[in-house]
Amino acid sequence: MLNEYLVLAALVFAIGLFGVLTRRNAVGILLGIELMLNAVNINLVAFARFNGDLVGLVFTLFTISITVVEVAVGLAIVIVVFRVRRTIEADRLDLLRG
Amino acid sequence: MTSTVTPALAVLGLPFAAFLLLAIVPPLRRAGRVAGVLSVLAVGLALVIALAIWPSANRSSAQALWAWIPADGPPLASVGVLVDHLSGAMLVLVTLISFLVQVYSLAYLGDETGPSLGRYYAYQSLFAFSMLGLVLAPTFLQMFIFWELVGLCSYLLIGYWYDRPSAARAAVKAFWITKLGDLGFVAGIVLLWAETGTFEFSALFGMAQAHTLPLEGLATIMFLIYLGAVGKSAQFPLHVWLPDAMEGPTPVSALIHAATMVTAGVFLVTRAQPLFALVPDILGLIGWVGAFTALLAATMACVESDIKRVLAYSTVSQLGYMMAAAGAGGADAGFFHLLTHGLFKALLFLGAGAVIHAVGTNDIFRMGRLFGAMPQTGIVFIVGTLALAGVWPLAGFFSKEAVLASVWEAGMTGPFLMLALTAFLTAFYMFRVVFLAFFGRGHAGTHHAHDAPWLMSGPLWILALLTIVIGARFVVRGVGEHPAPGWLATLSLGLAGAGILFAWTTYQQALVDPARLASRLAILDFLARRRYGIDALFFGLYRGFILGFSRLIGWIDRYLVDGLLNLLSAWTLRGGDALRRIQSGQPQDYVYGVAFGVLLLVVWAQWLRR
Repeated sequence: MLNEYLVLAALVFAIGLFGVLTRRNAVGILLGIELMLNAVNINLVAFARFNGDLVGLVFTLFTISITVVEVAVGLAIVIVVFRVRRTIEADRLDLLRG
Repeated sequence: MTSTVTPALAVLGLPFAAFLLLAIVPPLRRAGRVAGVLSVLAVGLALVIALAIWPSANRSSAQALWAWIPADGPPLASVGVLVDHLSGAMLVLVTLISFLVQVYSLAYLGDETGPSLGRYYAYQSLFAFSMLGLVLAPTFLQMFIFWELVGLCSYLLIGYWYDRPSAARAAVKAFWITKLGDLGFVAGIVLLWAETGTFEFSALFGMAQAHTLPLEGLATIMFLIYLGAVGKSAQFPLHVWLPDAMEGPTPVSALIHAATMVTAGVFLVTRAQPLFALVPDILGLIGWVGAFTALLAATMACVESDIKRVLAYSTVSQLGYMMAAAGAGGADAGFFHLLTHGLFKALLFLGAGAVIHAVGTNDIFRMGRLFGAMPQTGIVFIVGTLALAGVWPLAGFFSKEAVLASVWEAGMTGPFLMLALTAFLTAFYMFRVVFLAFFGRGHAGTHHAHDAPWLMSGPLWILALLTIVIGARFVVRGVGEHPAPGWLATLSLGLAGAGILFAWTTYQQALVDPARLASRLAILDFLARRRYGIDALFFGLYRGFILGFSRLIGWIDRYLVDGLLNLLSAWTLRGGDALRRIQSGQPQDYVYGVAFGVLLLVVWAQWLRR
């Protein structure tokens, strides 16, 4: 039973990573990061359930609340970037190019 | 601490205190004359103390040593003072001449600006300190340190008028040529230390007396140490710097390049006499080189027309005398000549300075009839000249006879003949100067010359009186420990008389035409006027060897060392330029890199677990 959960989590993580790597829109990238974090949450809950260890559940609650904060900060950055650069396309945010 | 050590330290400390004050208090130094008076007072007080301890220093020697470089067991090197009959006499000579020259300079350099006069007196005080430290040194190492310090002062004072290119060049020349000898000196004392483990004179002399000194290689060591004396005391072939050193102010020439510093080499050989006595070959070399130097310099003095250069060559010649005596085993005779020569050569230089000050030229052919215009200077100059020529009963007669006697008794006939010929030439070239400058025909510009102010004539009279008084003392009491053969006095007096007579007939009575004389001795005249090509040889060595070598080194530095570094930096630049393109600035590329890296790590970890 555990394997199915882990496969699901791996799939969600891969989808999130794919989104982060391919999305041109900064908001899309943020969404990808959310998916990756939730894959982690699935893993934590699954292990807590099958190992009978409640610590995983508690940790998941933490992760969820931190994710909320992260999204708030991330979206704020996106808004500021948009104000300054008039775009949120990741391809064009290349000020650090060597 | 014995009774003479503390006063000796005071003698050493006074000029140093004056130097420090002048060096670190700029307003005092810029005040010029005030600085001069301070310096004169310091060295004058030192003179009084030196005179007070001279008798007890003559009776017994005292030494104080302090550890300087500590080591396991006895210290690696010590510093201190050694007061004995040698350093006691040198203390008096150095402080006396320093004092008189500094007083004289107050008038002679009176036209200098305040700051430059202050600088002059700072150098003078530093020189007095260094020279006193040199003569008081109880170890070779301390002697070497002060040896280099006096060399530095010599450089600074020759180049006192540093805006004259010739003075700057002469200063550098003096520095380099003496350094050539110093190289041998330092190598010699280090080798001696490696053999014996000590720099101290007393320990070394004790070993020499107890025959425990390793004799193997000692000849090389003593030869190296002698090289230092060759450079400092202007012996052939390193004598070329001394005539050029006359670019400095005349009082400096009197103090440093006639009476004190150049005699440091003779002092060294005298001080290390017990060591030199163990290597008769080196002693013989010293004697021959000394006599040859004396003769060579005397011939060059005969054709020189610059009054200071004549005196410079005569200094070289007299230093040769002292060295010849030391080489013949009569270091005492050489030291005796050093002391008397210091007095009358300082007198001659200061007299020449008074003449130059009055006439405004160094050329003896543009002087003449000066005796009428400046009789005081004339009298003292003639006293100095007679002493230098070795005429009885002046001080120079006795010391020169002692030198000749010691060379004769050592059985060195060759050097003796050279020295005897030199005695004749000395009388000739000195009276050539006297007749040309003080008598003979007058010249425009010389008739309004007048005697020097008392600040200048005072030291002249003191030195002249000392030359006479010391001579008279030997007339009354006899020289004592120098039993010369009876015919020697007749010979040296005869030679001096012949020289004077020859100069008189040639330059005063014009019975002999100097030009015809020169054409008879055409080869000698040609060579002497060109200084035997030794200057040219050094110059050629400099141009050909040192400059060529420097160019080679410069090429290596420019193209090999710099080239290597430039290559490295070019590679770095290119590598950076190539790597720069990895940084796309796009966050997604970086995330891709991280993901790929993590994947690689996972694969690697799995592969390891297998």
